[in-house]
Amino acid sequence: MKKVTFRHRWLPYLLVAPQIAITLVFFIWPASQALYQSVLRQDAFGLKTEFVGLANFAKLFNDPLYLESFVTTVTYSAMVAGLSMGVALVLAVMADRVVRQATTYRTLLIWPYAVAPAVAGVLWWFLFNPTVGIAAYALDAMGYDWNHYQDGGDAMMLIVIAAAWRQVSYNFLFFLAGLQAIPRSLTEAAAIDGAGPLKRFWTIQLPLLSPTAFFLLVVNVVYAFFETFGIVHATTSGGPGNDTVILVYKVWRDAFEGLNLGSSAAQSVILMGIVIALTAIQFRYIERKVEY
Amino acid sequence: MVERRPLLNVLQHAVLILGAALFVFPIYLAFVASTHTAQEVNSGIPLLPGAEMLSNYAQVLGEGISTAGAPPLWLMLMNSTVMALSITIGKIAISLLSAFAIVYFRFPFRLLAFWTIFITLMLPVEVRILPTYEVVAQLGMLNSYAGLSIPLIASATATFLFRQFFMTVPDELTEAARIDGAGPMKFFRDILLPLSRTNIAALFVILFIYGWNQYLWPLLVTTDESYYTIVMGIQRMANAGEETPQWHLIMATAILALLPPVVVILGMQRLFVRGLVEVEK
Repeated sequence: MKKVTFRHRWLPYLLVAPQIAITLVFFIWPASQALYQSVLRQDAFGLKTEFVGLANFAKLFNDPLYLESFVTTVTYSAMVAGLSMGVALVLAVMADRVVRQATTYRTLLIWPYAVAPAVAGVLWWFLFNPTVGIAAYALDAMGYDWNHYQDGGDAMMLIVIAAAWRQVSYNFLFFLAGLQAIPRSLTEAAAIDGAGPLKRFWTIQLPLLSPTAFFLLVVNVVYAFFETFGIVHATTSGGPGNDTVILVYKVWRDAFEGLNLGSSAAQSVILMGIVIALTAIQFRYIERKVEY
Repeated sequence: MVERRPLLNVLQHAVLILGAALFVFPIYLAFVASTHTAQEVNSGIPLLPGAEMLSNYAQVLGEGISTAGAPPLWLMLMNSTVMALSITIGKIAISLLSAFAIVYFRFPFRLLAFWTIFITLMLPVEVRILPTYEVVAQLGMLNSYAGLSIPLIASATATFLFRQFFMTVPDELTEAARIDGAGPMKFFRDILLPLSRTNIAALFVILFIYGWNQYLWPLLVTTDESYYTIVMGIQRMANAGEETPQWHLIMATAILALLPPVVVILGMQRLFVRGLVEVEK
């Protein structure tokens, strides 16, 4: 709270006006529309609407396709978070040990963050393309017949790799910062007591990194849930079958291709619930960290 | 380093170099593919750059991929630039103003304004796609630069960053300015803005990358191809019809789509790291 402030009758309103206007028109209003539409049933031409209460939600949770998409999304985010955080941790531990060239390695490792998820998807799609892709060719030489056009597991691996590839650099930066914040004296004392590098990692570095890891876990789940639409849309289009239809992709497809407005709105509301829960977790963690 | 372990040193460099290679390799292959003819790429991808670089890039920049019905790349690159810059500048401008109002004034409804902005943190565009699209359609903003950028401009993170920073500016500065007879806007322009320079720059890097990499939103609001952005346009090229994808041209497009944000990140690495850590916390 500032003690010294300015006095003015209308200036503060003028200053917040642009942001409030955009927020009301493009956030609050659409979000309340989503809530409202989720309790309506509308025919595809928008001619008739009726109030159906929670029927849209009940229908969703009895829809095997929706439940399947839920499972797909959870599996997918777990794999993206696990893979990208695991690789990032290994790289960060190594970079932290290299005191002198750490910045060089940081430069080499952070730039994939700038690659759009959709572009990352197209790059890996090319590498794994069954006819021209070099990775598919290499797998073939090892006796694995890769085809993400027909095999749902292969398609899932493709989007997981593309999503994780881009996210590693983000996790790497946070892990490296976390490691460098651990006082040297702690590691040195342990080394004098005879603890080797591996033991020091397990007993000192990893426990001290756990708040960072938890923060990253939430961020990575949010990323996998909401920001990787481009990867799915540009590569597998949800296929083969429905094997890579993540929730955000399904909302989009039901709204713009299926024209099923009530169902799409109900799905949006469920997604909102998930984001709000995840954001709340993130904030609680941050508050605790500030006290700490 | 705590102790000498030559073997471990070799191992860690090996791991780091392998990691860096894993990141660079897909881009390298994309670049190689973009320098060959379609036949060369389709008959087993070569590992060294070919001779067609100039003609391939000239073709995508000038004509685009004719079979995909996508516009030439120079146009999409320009659209992406306009969109990314509008989002970046717009967000920074409205966030600076509202953070200034919230920190430096006591006015009725101040808390209401604060919470209205705060709540947007929890509503990414992906979860309210259809109603937001409808609003933009009703306002007649489909297929326009305004429709591409304005709905993505409001964001709480930038406002919070500036609010946080303004709280750390000493009260003595404000008092001195007031004693010297400076009004609020003069204080904002002559003292607060210059002090916020590095924060603005750091945020600029993050937001430019955010704006450039948008995919879902431009996909929805543009049906007129003269408003396609390159990140969404690449998908149209890759999924063009039944014929074999023209990989050499698609990869040239991918390289051009990722080059600007990567150059920004590498050129402003220090600011980027700073911005990223601050925005997230």
